Amino acid sequence: MKPIRNLLLGATAIAIALTMTPAMAKTPDNMLVIANRIDDITTLDPAESFEFAGSDYSRNVYGKLVNFDPLNLPAGYQPDLATSWTVSGDGKTITFKMRPGVKFHSGNPVTAEDAVYSLQRAVKLNKTPAFILTQFGFSAENAEQTIKLIDEMTFSITTDNKYATSFVLNCLTSTIGGIVDKKTVMANEVKGDMGNSWLKTHSAGSGAYKLVSWKPSESLTLTANPEFYLGAPKMERVIVRHISESATQRLLLEKGDIDVARNLNPQDVAGASASSDIAIDSDLRGRLMYFSLNQKDKILSNPKVVMAFKYLADYKGMQNSFLKGQYTVHQAFLPKTYLGAIDDKPYSLNVAKAKALLAEAGYGDGFDVNIIVRKAQERIEIAQSLQNSFAKVGIKATLTVGTGKQTLSKYRSRDFQVYVGAWGPDYPDPNTNAATFAVNVDNSDAAKATGQLAWRNGWSIPEMSKATKAAVQEGDRDKRAAMYEAIQREHQKTSPFVEMFQKIEQTGRRSNVKNLNIGAAITAVSYWPVTK
Amino acid sequence: MPSFPPFILASFRIVLSILVTMIGLLFVTFFIGRVMPIDPVLSVVGESASLETYNAAYKALGLDQPLFVQFFYFLVDVARGDFGVSLLTARPVSQDLIRVFPATVELATVGTVIGVVLGVPLGVIAAVKRDSWIDQIARVVALVGYSMPVFWIGLIGLLIFYGILGWIGGPGRLDIFYVDMIPSVTGMILVDSLIAGDMSIFWNAVSHIALPAGLLAYYSLAYISRMTRSFMLEQLSQEYITTARVKGLSEHAVVWRHALGNVKVPLVTVIALSYASLLEGSVLTETIFSWPGIGLYITTALLSADMSAVLGGTIVVGLVFVCLNILADLLYKYFDPRAQ
Repeated sequence: MKPIRNLLLGATAIAIALTMTPAMAKTPDNMLVIANRIDDITTLDPAESFEFAGSDYSRNVYGKLVNFDPLNLPAGYQPDLATSWTVSGDGKTITFKMRPGVKFHSGNPVTAEDAVYSLQRAVKLNKTPAFILTQFGFSAENAEQTIKLIDEMTFSITTDNKYATSFVLNCLTSTIGGIVDKKTVMANEVKGDMGNSWLKTHSAGSGAYKLVSWKPSESLTLTANPEFYLGAPKMERVIVRHISESATQRLLLEKGDIDVARNLNPQDVAGASASSDIAIDSDLRGRLMYFSLNQKDKILSNPKVVMAFKYLADYKGMQNSFLKGQYTVHQAFLPKTYLGAIDDKPYSLNVAKAKALLAEAGYGDGFDVNIIVRKAQERIEIAQSLQNSFAKVGIKATLTVGTGKQTLSKYRSRDFQVYVGAWGPDYPDPNTNAATFAVNVDNSDAAKATGQLAWRNGWSIPEMSKATKAAVQEGDRDKRAAMYEAIQREHQKTSPFVEMFQKIEQTGRRSNVKNLNIGAAITAVSYWPVTK
Repeated sequence: MPSFPPFILASFRIVLSILVTMIGLLFVTFFIGRVMPIDPVLSVVGESASLETYNAAYKALGLDQPLFVQFFYFLVDVARGDFGVSLLTARPVSQDLIRVFPATVELATVGTVIGVVLGVPLGVIAAVKRDSWIDQIARVVALVGYSMPVFWIGLIGLLIFYGILGWIGGPGRLDIFYVDMIPSVTGMILVDSLIAGDMSIFWNAVSHIALPAGLLAYYSLAYISRMTRSFMLEQLSQEYITTARVKGLSEHAVVWRHALGNVKVPLVTVIALSYASLLEGSVLTETIFSWPGIGLYITTALLSADMSAVLGGTIVVGLVFVCLNILADLLYKYFDPRAQ
């Protein structure tokens, strides 16, 4: 049987060859290798990018007028490409002074002209995230007048109303506030697209890193900008590899072939944390989980009943069981790390208290209620947990599970009793959530304010709406924060929203990787402070 | 009636059959894509876009035109070699395909070669030693190969050979520091590294491809060995085999020269089909091993209704099938003296 003998020989040869390949080396000291899911990136243009992995990229490649310091996020926005700004008496015009001596990756100096161009460009292109700027009254038609060059290093923006300076500046820290290199971008303009199709796959920034290559759903490679104005980053190369499987990320991390794993599931976190070479970070993210009661319902609009429901969620129990490592108890509408966020947790599961409240309201024997929930595992589990705790006071809850579209359309048309939902902020300013959780001026069906969660729940709040709108205009950052704190405390007491959880994200890193900041709820990851 | 040489007529027939197949394929894919309940605009602009932004993107994608008009424009573009721009990667689809297809070709080729080299002898031996222990083992090997889910066996393989033993490279086509170090000529790293003469990259690529290709090989081995076995059994019961044995030929010559010689013809078709199905790309294998191949590319595109990418990928896969079929036909003629 010659063939068999040859086969065996061949197989042995292959096996020997494989064993002889050099042992796997660790990642080099000047290189940061990250495993992440990056298949949500569809564009690298800061005027268009609106996904998580895209924000991670932009934060490291594009300087902004103001930005968050990764090592001190709670300090709020700090000067970045703008060193200072002044606000006009009517509170509508902000004049920025640019930082001298900063250069784009191309070598061109960063000037006010680039800042004006970048903001006008974002408004004129009017891509998905453009609303973050156009909410201040900028439009393609008025951009030339409202965003104006004053001299080489000075420019001003004029909003349509008086807004809190912190509101405008917070919005400028989001991806769309990235300042692009006008000369380079315009040199690559095609058919009046302001360089959009070129910038989708290229970079023209002044940040800590520049783009080497983006291979969709494969890898994103950045190289350090040695002339970065805060000093050359220690990690000379950053490679983000698209690894979609959590188990695969864990294997790579344990072998030391990657430095950071961004998408470990709770089981793999538990497994990987056993190794002394691996550290697990938990970071807060912006997403909130809540359930809400339709105030158009006769029983559910009774304030005592509303209060009873707030004592009928097993917050701790859910956090420590099926939501472990993914969500933490949070009971206010601003995610922690946002300006004005509070950490008060006045509610816990308290069946006796809920029972007493229901009895006072005249529903001591309970009632029937329907919960609508989207077909997603964690939401269904939350709804089932609620179903159990409701049953303890005689509230018989049925679940209606639907697709995202079905439940959302019921929610938007106010055709539901109890809704289990999630909410993610759109931009890093408290108004992004306040404007939806705490504003509802016209509660009529005809108003169709479907963008506002308060309206969807039929919750009429003329007073709180006024307070929220006043907070949008308060110029002083600290006073403004205090206003949001007060609104949230009132909201906790009276609103038909039972805020339950804030998302946390667990990141596995080799323990020699230091100063990696994922960006919490308000911003994205920063690579430049990282050391190994 | 003017007469053409038969060779031109035959070529013409082949080209025509390719064209008809491709247009039919595109037609079906295009319309399935358009009736799917996925909104391509949303994958461009995201969930929270304003109505204006949405409408602008809707128009830019040409979705306001009637379906047949859209299909017509699409065919015109394809005829000019323009597959459009992928919504997901913001690049021309042709560029994307040049990037992803060689990765799949590399994997499928290595897999098929191993599958054939091991599968054919296994099938032959199983047929010759019918119902012996070796046949039973071959049967179990094949059944296990058919029925084990790839995501499971892939992860376990990674855990053992990469995680614990450290014999092979992890997911991906190369270790991270070798990436982009050699110029891409064919897009197949095994070939490119040989062209560049860089043996350390070659061996690194081998250590990365070993497991995923081994898995694909296992599946094609299972199929090929089963088919070889049944073809061989059929041949071995023929009279000419008995004649050959009576003439005093050695058993070796009877089995490997006479019987296998006649099995070659149907076997070529089986191998070609199995190769073609690997060239479609295997979504699960590609996901687990972070292998940027065409299977994953088409699937991701399909789930976001990125129709240019889906159709471009379909054209490539369709062409592969048609070409392999033609190749199998040609080999058929080569192996079968009667067809010459």
